[in-house]
Amino acid sequence: MSQGTFDNPEIVQEEVDILLIGGGMACCGAAYELMRWAEAVRAETGVDLKIRLVDKAAMDRSGAVAQGLSAINTYIGPEQDPADYARMVSNDLMGITRDDLAYDLGRHVDDSVHLFEEWGLPIWKTDSEGVRHDGAESQREGLPALKDGGKPVRSGKWQIMINGESYKWIVAEAAKKALGRERIQERVFIVKLVNDKNDPSRIAGAVGFSVRENKIYVYKAKAILLAAGGCVNLFRPRSVGEGTGRAWYPVWNAGSTYAMAAEAGAELTMMENRFVPARFKDGYGPVGAWFLLFKAKAVNAYGEDYMTKNKALLDDYPPYGQAAVPASCLRNHLMLKEMKEGRGPIYMDTVSALAKLAETLTPKEVKHLEAEAWEDFLDMCVGQCGIWVGEDVDPREKNSELMPTEPYLLGSHSGCCGIWVSGPEDLGAPTAADGEYDGVPAHLPRGWNWGYRSMTTVKGLFTAGDGVGASGHKFSSGSHAEGRIAAKAMVKFALDHKDWKPELDTAPELLAEEIYKPVRNFLAHKDYTTAIDVNPHYITPKMLQFRLQKIMDEYVAGVATYYTTNEHMLKAAEYKLELLKEDAQKMRAKDLHELLRAWENYHRILTAEAHMKHIQFREESRYPGFYYRSDKNFIDEQNWKCFVNSVYDKKTRKWTCFKRRHVDLVDKSKLFKAAAH
Amino acid sequence: MPTFVRTDKCDGCKGQDKTACMYICPHDLMKLDKDGSETGHAMKAYNQEPEQCWECYSCVKICPQNAIEARHYADIVPLGGSVQPLRGSDSIMWTIKFRNGTVKRFKFPIRTTVEGSIDPYGGKPVPKLADLTKPGFFTGTEGGGAMGGFRAGRPDELIRR
Repeated sequence: MSQGTFDNPEIVQEEVDILLIGGGMACCGAAYELMRWAEAVRAETGVDLKIRLVDKAAMDRSGAVAQGLSAINTYIGPEQDPADYARMVSNDLMGITRDDLAYDLGRHVDDSVHLFEEWGLPIWKTDSEGVRHDGAESQREGLPALKDGGKPVRSGKWQIMINGESYKWIVAEAAKKALGRERIQERVFIVKLVNDKNDPSRIAGAVGFSVRENKIYVYKAKAILLAAGGCVNLFRPRSVGEGTGRAWYPVWNAGSTYAMAAEAGAELTMMENRFVPARFKDGYGPVGAWFLLFKAKAVNAYGEDYMTKNKALLDDYPPYGQAAVPASCLRNHLMLKEMKEGRGPIYMDTVSALAKLAETLTPKEVKHLEAEAWEDFLDMCVGQCGIWVGEDVDPREKNSELMPTEPYLLGSHSGCCGIWVSGPEDLGAPTAADGEYDGVPAHLPRGWNWGYRSMTTVKGLFTAGDGVGASGHKFSSGSHAEGRIAAKAMVKFALDHKDWKPELDTAPELLAEEIYKPVRNFLAHKDYTTAIDVNPHYITPKMLQFRLQKIMDEYVAGVATYYTTNEHMLKAAEYKLELLKEDAQKMRAKDLHELLRAWENYHRILTAEAHMKHIQFREESRYPGFYYRSDKNFIDEQNWKCFVNSVYDKKTRKWTCFKRRHVDLVDKSKLFKAAAH
Repeated sequence: MPTFVRTDKCDGCKGQDKTACMYICPHDLMKLDKDGSETGHAMKAYNQEPEQCWECYSCVKICPQNAIEARHYADIVPLGGSVQPLRGSDSIMWTIKFRNGTVKRFKFPIRTTVEGSIDPYGGKPVPKLADLTKPGFFTGTEGGGAMGGFRAGRPDELIRR
């Protein structure tokens, strides 16, 4: 075939057994586990599984860990039980999570952390005298590896400190070596999944385009892992100039996972959930080490510790406010009271914390401590250092402001939106025999597993990391482990269906036309006006994103309303989002880079719409501090201690929301102290 | 802070088809201006969408000419400071200059193995397909990791089983 051009792209077609979409922690984990089982398949059956990984960026620095991290937030360790982890996840997410998914992750995740250390990730250690050493020094000192009983430096019950600038680089190296160069396709953005021609409830392939060449890629696959991150910048960010890019979560996470899954017919879960991290203002630098390692407190403008002062507010939300560590949203709730009542700014009291530590430390130790504090930012959020140097902040002399950010949608951090997946079979999870609420569409499975672990309700479509809903708190290590868990099930699926041939429900030429529609819009109309960006026949992806962000911010509980909405505001948003979705068909792309932005924003719109519909359906305020429905400003355990799930019909472009029963698989009462009197 | 490319240092990665910064940017921001029609500087790279820059520093760290720096977000940060790394094979050096002239330097380890030396399956078992649907990773099958591929919890914690 001749070389493609901008108005006539080349169509490249390929058929594989297993397709991995994404190159972040989840897909790196999947690749690593997958290739070893593929060896076993070859050895025992002679079948050579065809495998492909497609990433819109470069694996060395793609996904949420691209910049690096200063901690691994999920390491269970030998002292804690997976059940303890499942309990923590549940309480932080206000009681509505899948214990089967959290527990299963908890029993697997440490193996990935042990691999990271083996591959060269420096992990801080505490020696027998309680002195902490960075990851390289601890190795020189001969301190044992974690797997051999080495003691990590805990910056929280579940977190361990690392020197993580090259975390992703290291994890990608292992994944790339496992896969081999020939199975990796970088800089191709998959924008759409394709169902099977003969069975619409089944996945048959995926399509996308190269952001470097005029090429459309059409993949057929038996099994697909969709793990392309969460959703950022669907709300108007607090910074709208150059600072738009300084999102807390990576700006390239565009909701592709949720939107593509929804269009393929996959059941979503808990899309009403969001995460609003309270972080250092503007730079969004991490606060965990400051709270937990340096023992700093957050205070209002008058120096009052609002977590103590407003403690009684926690009692409004039993039992979630009464755990030793109250849910993340409730901590925001206590902070927002101070801000709304005019006692801001809120500060991290770095001055008192460092002064207190200096009392008991030698000057050398103080210097070490200062380096640790800076490394915490430099490893994962250089932008925060940028703010400190620009404003001449010395944390020993000047406190730094804290601020709750714009909302984010994700399933791997302190959030639980995502896709409904099949869970493990050995943990006592509900089965079809346990019954379900009325209203669950008949074609969807009952019970919490339907054959293949990590499979969505679409046959052959799997997910991991930010994609898996109703769990959360997996973070980097958990996303890697979850990718590995999914990989095993995909091998099983591919073997069970080895003679089945996928057939796309739409011809490649039609798919290509759909993908390049923004290019067509541009080429057809660009000469109608003199100014390229102002044209009644098309909208730039950038302006479309502004429109989306304005709707979400003003009507769907963004920062403009202190995270508050009601049924009337949601109704207004519903109408405006429908018009926006229509206008998305008129996006333009003047080059391949803008085509990337066009499709990212299309994915953002669908994700935003799901978020809005779920908030509308759930008639309570389940996450005070993350969002409030002023017309239903309470938690209603009797009617809403349940999952809210949904499916999307791509033909009618309508959502259907429904309830699913919540069941505990571990005893949550252990979280709460016995009533004092 | 958007990154910027210094005209006196960037060599366009010596006329190769793509530059190191284009290769690495997770958000497809870096672009080589081949004929100078977009920036006035032919065969040099530039950040084509600075308001989408996450400041992840991937381009800064990978640039073989150290031609990329960052000027902190103009809508947030006062001018005059800078944060510049030099990433080596096992550690990274940071030079941090404050607006008031204070300079701090830090060096942190980045990995304990030689880059490119990872042997992903070295010394690890090849699993048996019979174990495919059991809990645990291949690393935990016979002869595998210390943890046995997964950490079994206390059975009495599972209240429905």
